[in-house]
Amino acid sequence: MHIVACIKQVPDAKNVRIDPNTNTLVRQGVESIVNPFDLFAVEAALRIKDETGAKVTVITMGPPQAEQALRETIERGVDESILLSDRAFAGSDTWATSTTLAAAIRKLGDVDLIICGKQAIDGDTAQVGPELATLLDIPYATFVKEIGLMGESHFRVTRQTDEGTEVWKLPMPCLITVLKEVGEPRLPSLRHKMRAKKAEVPVWGIGQLGLDAEKVGLSGSYTQVVRVFSPPRRTDRVLIEGLPEVQAEQLFNYLKEAKVPGL
Amino acid sequence: MHYFLTEEQQMIQDLAAQIAKEKIRPQRAELDATEEFPWDIMKVLAQSDLFGLYIPEAYGGMSGGVFENCLAVEKLAEGCIAIATTFAASGLGAYPILLFGSEEQKQTYLRPIAAGKRLAAFGVTESGAGSDVSGIQTTAVKDGDHYILNGTKQWITSGGEAEIYSVLAITDRSKGPRGASFFIVEKGDPGFTFGKKEKKMGLRASATRELVFQDCRIPKSRLIAREGMGFIIAMKTFDKSRPGIGALGVGLSQGALDIAVEYARKRIQFGKSIINHQAIAHKLANMATKTEAARALVYSVARYMDSDPGDVSKLAAMAKMFPGDVAMEVATEAVQVLGGYGYMQDYPVEKMMRDAKILQIYEGTNEIQRNIIGQELSKEYGRLKETFF
Ligand SMILES: Cc1cc2nc3c(=O)[nH]c(=O)nc-3n(C[C@H](O)[C@H](O)[C@H](O)COP(=O)(O)OP(=O)(O)OC[C@H]3O[C@@H](n4cnc5c(N)ncnc54)[C@H](O)[C@@H]3O)c2cc1C
Repeated sequence: MHIVACIKQVPDAKNVRIDPNTNTLVRQGVESIVNPFDLFAVEAALRIKDETGAKVTVITMGPPQAEQALRETIERGVDESILLSDRAFAGSDTWATSTTLAAAIRKLGDVDLIICGKQAIDGDTAQVGPELATLLDIPYATFVKEIGLMGESHFRVTRQTDEGTEVWKLPMPCLITVLKEVGEPRLPSLRHKMRAKKAEVPVWGIGQLGLDAEKVGLSGSYTQVVRVFSPPRRTDRVLIEGLPEVQAEQLFNYLKEAKVPGL
Repeated sequence: MHYFLTEEQQMIQDLAAQIAKEKIRPQRAELDATEEFPWDIMKVLAQSDLFGLYIPEAYGGMSGGVFENCLAVEKLAEGCIAIATTFAASGLGAYPILLFGSEEQKQTYLRPIAAGKRLAAFGVTESGAGSDVSGIQTTAVKDGDHYILNGTKQWITSGGEAEIYSVLAITDRSKGPRGASFFIVEKGDPGFTFGKKEKKMGLRASATRELVFQDCRIPKSRLIAREGMGFIIAMKTFDKSRPGIGALGVGLSQGALDIAVEYARKRIQFGKSIINHQAIAHKLANMATKTEAARALVYSVARYMDSDPGDVSKLAAMAKMFPGDVAMEVATEAVQVLGGYGYMQDYPVEKMMRDAKILQIYEGTNEIQRNIIGQELSKEYGRLKETFF
């Protein structure tokens, strides 16, 4: 069995700011991490590997430094990884991203299962998984919290929906997007860390993928980000700081001054 | 400070530090309170390959040495020495087999230990035999193809949780110190049971129990090396394991120092951060200096040991004793820096101070380490023909 997990390198959300003048993300000096939801995708793949010996390949589309994100997944036990990187990919929206990922998966050929995280924490669209399945013309299930093999050629997946849970039977090949319930991502192991250090990470550009430059990147995108902004900050906030006891006292005094009934 | 670690050694440090930060730190207070055995964290460690650091590749390990193991132990100990002790104690139980076991014993027992699938433990101490190991009463009597063990071991780390035990027993009382031997006993062997779990001042996530042998029958192939080798095996094992106890001390000291400095910068009294009160700054300076000195000692002794030198008992004793004393002092001072908050269980230094005490007691008390160092000094200088006056 061959499983492909799709991951994205994102800025560490804890440190992201938006430049008020240019309305763009300030990426300088912000650490990049593997999109947290994608770590669950990798974990889901590795758990199937633990059980069945499946091969796990991780792919990402991104700038050259996204290679680091791939190595981090090798440290956790992934077999192989491929970086999809090309100047032509810059400015991709979710559709152009899915187009690029689909080309890579077609090139890989023998794929039985594709796993994506439920969404990326920078864009929060949750679109790439479904779009990718649509482009590959395979069945898919989103918001999966449990996955297991069902016979030789099917998976049994449990979806979380607003109404409750649904259990589906999906034929191979198929795609799922996963929730954190699939299992806590494992930490690296020393052997895999050593392997990751030396691992070759092939880079595929539009040439290798046989893609038309018009179909990818900014020109292949149907949507464009016009403006990014943080909602204006409310200035009437009172910040209480210090040790919990001190905070409690400040809050008490504040409420008392505000003449909250009962105090 | 830069200790010129290889890339692989840095990876070991990073990995152990990540485990300490992500898995140990968030759980340490609760594990201390519930005294629950940290199986979840042991599983994470098993999967990390760290249990096999000092075990040769031929037995499923990573072919490192005492130094690599110390690097991992130190980082885990920054999080919690109860958990780091559970990790390190498996090594203590494995060393008699690694150093003196037969090829078959190594293949059988070191593989699951290296993989972290089975924990090992080391059973020497008895109610009447602590510092004076020669006072042990547990006996092993040969009976055809078997040995029959009788006696009770006390305060054995990971007792009841571990599956592989290296146990010291008397095989021939008439031979005195040459009459003791080491055996491998497995959890589940007939006649082998465990006493109750001890209630302790600190180190509470580590399980400490009695090992009870009542006509415990084990195949004779479980004898390690030859009859009579027991005390030699114990001493050689301690030489390898003592720097690891030092590493626990370095880690605990660093963990306490980190908290103390961060707190001293934030806590304001008399209109300024307490780190700007000289008395506190000097305390922190002493803590940091001693921590670094302990680290430098552990690293150099561990590295030297891995070069396979001759007798290292004196250095092993130094590398155990000094960091243990430093850890006790640094943890106590960290509590002082945090004042009343330091005394509260809501802050981790309270546990660190309770935990630190064990470092001066187990694997040979620090008095015994000083005895060893003193005896070795006397021998060394006795051999010299020159005078220094
Ligand atoms: C939490 C914990 C875990 C342990 N884990 C293990 C384990 O896994 N395996 C194992 O075999 N043992 C274990 N031990 C036992 C430990 O190694 C002993 O407690 C230790 O060796 C000291 O022995 P004792 O407690 O009997 O003290 P004693 O030997 O009775 O010593 C009491 C005091 O007298 C001092 N003293 C004794 N003799 C001398 C001397 N000649 N000169 C100067 N001072 C002296 C000691 O330093 C100490 O201060 C553990 C103990 C504890 C508390």
